[in-house]
Amino acid sequence: MSNSSLENGTKHRHKTSNSLSLQQQRVRAAFWFLAPMIVMLFCVAAWPLLRTIYFSFTDTSLTSLYEGEWVWFKNYLSYRELSSGRVIWRGTLADPAWWNAVWNTVRFSFVSVSIEAVLGILVALVLNAEFKGRGLVRAAILIPWAIPTIVSAKMWGWMLNDQFGIINDALLKIGLIDHKIAWTASIDTAMISVLIVDVWKTTPFMALLCLAGLQMIPKDVYEAAKVDGVHPVKVFFKVTLPLVRPALMVAVIFRILDALRIFDLIYVLTPNSKATKTMSIISRENLFEFDKFAYGSAQSTLLFAIIAIFVAAYIWLGKVDLGGKDER
Amino acid sequence: MTTMDYVKKISFYFAVFVIVFIAIFPFYYAILTSLKTGTDLFRVNYFPDSFDFSNYASVLGGRTFIRNIGNSVFIASTTVIFALFLAVTASYALARVKFKGRGLLLMTILGVSMFPQIAVLAGLFELIRYLGIYNTPWALILSYTIFTLPFTVWVLTTFMRGLPVEIEEAAIIDGATPWDIITKVFLPLMWPALVTTGLLAFIGAWNEFLFALTFTSSEITRTVPVAIALLSGTSQYETPWGTIMAASVIVTVPLIALVLVFQRKIVSGLTAGGVKG
Repeated sequence: MSNSSLENGTKHRHKTSNSLSLQQQRVRAAFWFLAPMIVMLFCVAAWPLLRTIYFSFTDTSLTSLYEGEWVWFKNYLSYRELSSGRVIWRGTLADPAWWNAVWNTVRFSFVSVSIEAVLGILVALVLNAEFKGRGLVRAAILIPWAIPTIVSAKMWGWMLNDQFGIINDALLKIGLIDHKIAWTASIDTAMISVLIVDVWKTTPFMALLCLAGLQMIPKDVYEAAKVDGVHPVKVFFKVTLPLVRPALMVAVIFRILDALRIFDLIYVLTPNSKATKTMSIISRENLFEFDKFAYGSAQSTLLFAIIAIFVAAYIWLGKVDLGGKDER
Repeated sequence: MTTMDYVKKISFYFAVFVIVFIAIFPFYYAILTSLKTGTDLFRVNYFPDSFDFSNYASVLGGRTFIRNIGNSVFIASTTVIFALFLAVTASYALARVKFKGRGLLLMTILGVSMFPQIAVLAGLFELIRYLGIYNTPWALILSYTIFTLPFTVWVLTTFMRGLPVEIEEAAIIDGATPWDIITKVFLPLMWPALVTTGLLAFIGAWNEFLFALTFTSSEITRTVPVAIALLSGTSQYETPWGTIMAASVIVTVPLIALVLVFQRKIVSGLTAGGVKG
């Protein structure tokens, strides 16, 4: 009896030590499998980011990248007192153009993502119903998503053209407007144009994610509600919406992150409008067009900081299970 | 009951019609415009009435557009192959091997995929200048890794986690090394996931604009989106809408074809954890 248990013990120990070495072998292999990816990400993400942050504290210019001197926070904020006693503030944080860009970006992100979320759910609800040709409709709404942003900006730029655009023509014919509107050129409507194109292009993405969420709701929930005679609108707000919310939230977060860094659509659609200059646009202008390399670096560092805070809050609040704890 | 049902049905199909109409009309109108030249361009029409292919001829016969398409194809495919190659082994390690700091590493990868590209622009510009690859396709292949690699790693890791443990255990008992497990056990099972992620990464690289605009400086090294954005007419004040639309249609048709063929895969890829537009 005692003999056999001893035997069992050694057998067991033998087994664990064997599997331990197997585990070690796997961890060593994992290291080599991961190393190329980590090196690559360091080269294209971490290092350039650090250099950008470094540049933002120097007076580097585009033509002499290695001759910049450390100037502390001069690109962010600095002040000089004139002999008359007046204080002059300089730097990005005292630049009205920067704050205009911040405000444009925030306004654009908030409005576009809200509209996209509402429309996304509506489209998803329609696609969730069973009808003939559903596959075709789903394929059709993927088209705006697949079209390159530059191409959609050009297409819509032409449709919104003030003189020859089809939108003005159609609105005039219907009688909704009585004179042609300079959609992309006028300062009042430039942001609306950008919003229209962005909503058109990204609602499909939102709708597909919501649809995936909707399809996970078990059918009997609806049947139970139907048997109880609950009004469909109430069913939507009390049953559907709470159940879709996780999927919707993920989509909203990703869209917000995308919207905060918007660049190409605005660069092509409304290139010089003050009403649509966003943080990315203004940073790139300073970096490569106005020869204020360090100043532009400071602005892109600020944009990075804003997005980083947002991502950190999301990961912290969302408590995303990144390690796959419930997995092997 | 019946009238109410009819009203419901009609309004439902009306909603479907509106969705489809809005989704495809701009592209339809781009095709219409691309078939018009001269003063026809400035006359609004809703249905095709002229079929003039001279815009296509002038785009394709231009000095650089074919070259631009070639650049885009080369850059996007090289980026994707490179990213997938690195991602397959990395995602195996991330999905199947327990080690310290795995959660942190995954979080970093997710963080990189949410990076604002403008934040690395200055640093990447310096790196690209330093490596001497400014204004070459390699500058873009290198910089596109910043969004294709995290994305492919993330999606493939999610996919690998879903594969059953048993097949791997059987291979381990047979004495297979981790490399064997990846190449002989997992790779054959991963084709669908590889196609989906590869396709999505390809579309992302094909459509990218900010890096392509910044890291190229001559007409023949441009990619297609930059070429279209900077296409200009004979004079500064004249936008050549006809040729722009023809170029747009040329570069969009293959994408739409891909999307329609791989519709299901794309939808599942977009919704499978790796949600990126």
